[in-house]
Amino acid sequence: MIRINTQPIQSSLPDKTPLLNLLRDELGLSGAKLGCGEGECGACMVLVDGRPQTSCNLPLWAVQDHDITTLEGLGSAERPHALQEAFIAENAGQCGYCLSGILVSASALLQHTPRPTRADICAALDKHLCRCGAHERIIRAVQRAAQALAG
Amino acid sequence: MSTPAPRAFTIDRNDGRPVLPGNLHINRLLSQWLDFSRPGLVRVFTGKVELGQGILTALSIIAADELDVALDQIGMVSATTLEGPDEGMTSSSISVQDSGSAIRHACAEVRYLALQRAAQAHQLDILSLRVNEGRFKSAEGQDLGDYWHWLQDLNLMREYEGLSRPKPYSELTLHGRGKVPRVDLPDKILGRPRFIHDLRLPGMRHGRILRAPAAEAQLTNAQQPVPSALRDRWSASGVQCVLDGRFIGIVAESNLAADSALGELREAVQWTVPAVLPDMHQLADFLRTAANEVTYPIQQGELLQAGDGVSLACDYLKPSLAHASIGLSCALAQWDGATLQVWTHSQGIQNLRDDLTKALGLPKSSIVMRHVEGSGCYGHNGADDVAFDAVMLAMALPGDPVRVVWSRADELSHAPLGSAHLVSLRARLNDEGHITHWHHELWANGYSSRPGRAALPTLLGASQRANGQPIPLAINPPLAAGGGSDRNAVPAYNIEHTHVVNHRLTVMPLRTSAMRALGAYANVFAIESFMDELAHASNQDPVEFRRRHMTDPRSLAVLNAVVERSTWWHQPREEGVGHGVAWARYKNTSAWCAVLARVQAGETLRVLQLDVAVDVGRVVDLDGVINQTEGGALQGMSWTLKEAVHFDRQQVTTQSWVDYPTLRFSEVPALTIHVLDQPDQPSLGAGESVQGPVAAALGNALFDALGVRVRQLPLSQDHILQALNETS
Repeated sequence: MIRINTQPIQSSLPDKTPLLNLLRDELGLSGAKLGCGEGECGACMVLVDGRPQTSCNLPLWAVQDHDITTLEGLGSAERPHALQEAFIAENAGQCGYCLSGILVSASALLQHTPRPTRADICAALDKHLCRCGAHERIIRAVQRAAQALAG
Repeated sequence: MSTPAPRAFTIDRNDGRPVLPGNLHINRLLSQWLDFSRPGLVRVFTGKVELGQGILTALSIIAADELDVALDQIGMVSATTLEGPDEGMTSSSISVQDSGSAIRHACAEVRYLALQRAAQAHQLDILSLRVNEGRFKSAEGQDLGDYWHWLQDLNLMREYEGLSRPKPYSELTLHGRGKVPRVDLPDKILGRPRFIHDLRLPGMRHGRILRAPAAEAQLTNAQQPVPSALRDRWSASGVQCVLDGRFIGIVAESNLAADSALGELREAVQWTVPAVLPDMHQLADFLRTAANEVTYPIQQGELLQAGDGVSLACDYLKPSLAHASIGLSCALAQWDGATLQVWTHSQGIQNLRDDLTKALGLPKSSIVMRHVEGSGCYGHNGADDVAFDAVMLAMALPGDPVRVVWSRADELSHAPLGSAHLVSLRARLNDEGHITHWHHELWANGYSSRPGRAALPTLLGASQRANGQPIPLAINPPLAAGGGSDRNAVPAYNIEHTHVVNHRLTVMPLRTSAMRALGAYANVFAIESFMDELAHASNQDPVEFRRRHMTDPRSLAVLNAVVERSTWWHQPREEGVGHGVAWARYKNTSAWCAVLARVQAGETLRVLQLDVAVDVGRVVDLDGVINQTEGGALQGMSWTLKEAVHFDRQQVTTQSWVDYPTLRFSEVPALTIHVLDQPDQPSLGAGESVQGPVAAALGNALFDALGVRVRQLPLSQDHILQALNETS
């Protein structure tokens, strides 16, 4: 059993199946994205017990009995996470393909570092590739979310 | 069935019809742009597509402002062959000019037609009516109905006539102001399905392609490339194999099964790969000596021969670059025996349909194309190729839709590349330190092999079929469309004797095509580095040296603005810190951009600050312009500091993000963007003006910091050390 966004999930997929396949193909969660399949770009980032991990190369056996949070688990259109509100307010992205993973990593950052410095944010997001060059406004949006949560 | 004629790079406005604004000229019916059939909603059609550049947002601003409707009353409908205009490609930073101008004028006309009907019915002067959120009011405030009421029995299948001019800028309330929310981003931030990768069709099956490792690679066992034992085993588990020459695909019931079968296929199929690629360590020699075709973008005054009073001569080299989208190329196709449906993130669904027609022998009318957003592409990446791959598999297995997705390795090694590019510059200065002679010679492959432009299809899979023809050589857009490898090769300085020689290679060992800014990136890097070298060689200030060769007021304004507004440019530099400047006018006819860079050069080059000033004419979406400029600067910085596609004598060896590092968050400098709004000037595209100036400003700052000139991109540790060794 794996808890995904607080829901217990029983999967009949083989043990070595990457978690990302379960999320996207079986559960229809389209937040996490496939970018490389090698854990190098961060587009597929999810939280495993609150810690960011790439899901494209994370086998199901490794997450049995663990808690997984995806972008969908952070918030929704009706009840967005402060980060989602801030990213929308800042137009923080260009094509947006990398954003799901970045939002997930940023949420973990704000959990343990509520008032992050710019350097903290860059360090937390350094494993994420953004090809469009939206980095600056993404950093701004994380700062904005941190302020909103602190305020 | 007639084969589609190759599509030109520019609109033919001398076709005998009255000239209409933008792409209205080739899509003349109002109904191709606007639809009011759903109360409260204005559907605005565009043939341009969202690539992450924010075009849907910019176009919605244009429509909302012209019609006086709220932004949330606009529904943008992007490219499909079912409805809307044919606008060819979304490329070259001309969408606001061509699509935006058409939408603006179509909206002005429809607004006039609707107001005219309301005014007549109420016997009022049309000029006295006001519109707010789509509702009409008299001068006295009487409600006179809305667009949807007055247009309900008006057939918009009528040609644009120019009945009313668009509003003056002073009456536009959304243009150039504040931060308009992006149309597409909320879905992406909330994780709602929006990308083509998220599209799930009923009965959908999953395809993969085993790519030949190189263009010249042959199957070692062409008679039976896939062992029959493997095929038998697959057929028991519902995996089907599609073979046609060197095109090998499989279709399975799930992504997992498809990935697993692809792994088995890769193990089973043997290739013979000839060693025909150039030596990437001798790239400049290869470029200079390869077969080529010569054109002369400018031949003005005397020719400066090598050795003939030349003050300075330098060569600059750019390696092959990859588009390196974060998202993988993906497409869906479905064939029912009569109609082919294709879902694609191509930049040009019409061009792609033309090439599908050529490759398949199907009439255009039986192919339906729909654009679905992909990740940023930055030019001609694998989007078109993967669509053909999906079509091949779907047509082999009629009925269910087939989805194909590429791998990261495919993305980096099989998509078209931005060409390697060599520039050789020489100039003569007179005794006053003024440039009198300039000679720019360049060698590169063409910068376009997009679909739709050649007699033959340019799709990778089509070239790999048994009856496939080699992919046509990459060509260059004509200078009237901004040029290709010669884009920005003509210097934007007043120099009496100026010659530019463009060698387009007529061999294409690595497939090349459009990548953001085309040749402008390499040419501006070379020209603006060389200007810096000339300034230093003659003991002149780099900014002043440029100014004395410039007269165009907007060029001077953008250069002056970035210098005057900088908080650090005139500050003294600490040890190891360097400042660099560069500028260009994109295509010499489009947006102006000037850049200042501040770097720290030690063992590696660290960029501390980038200041950028741009003049894109009238600003439609201010935050969109800033976003494009920021992104262009950072992507340009990534190319300049880190990127090169590697290959051995057989094939491209760049296969993963480890092989092709790009900019990371920890490397992002402080960024300052100044947008010089020019409300009375035509809007110009904002996506491609900054990459060349950024490259040169970084190289110039590196020189300022270390006193060493690196003329080979990227400005990597290896190349810096090499340059240091050569200097010492």
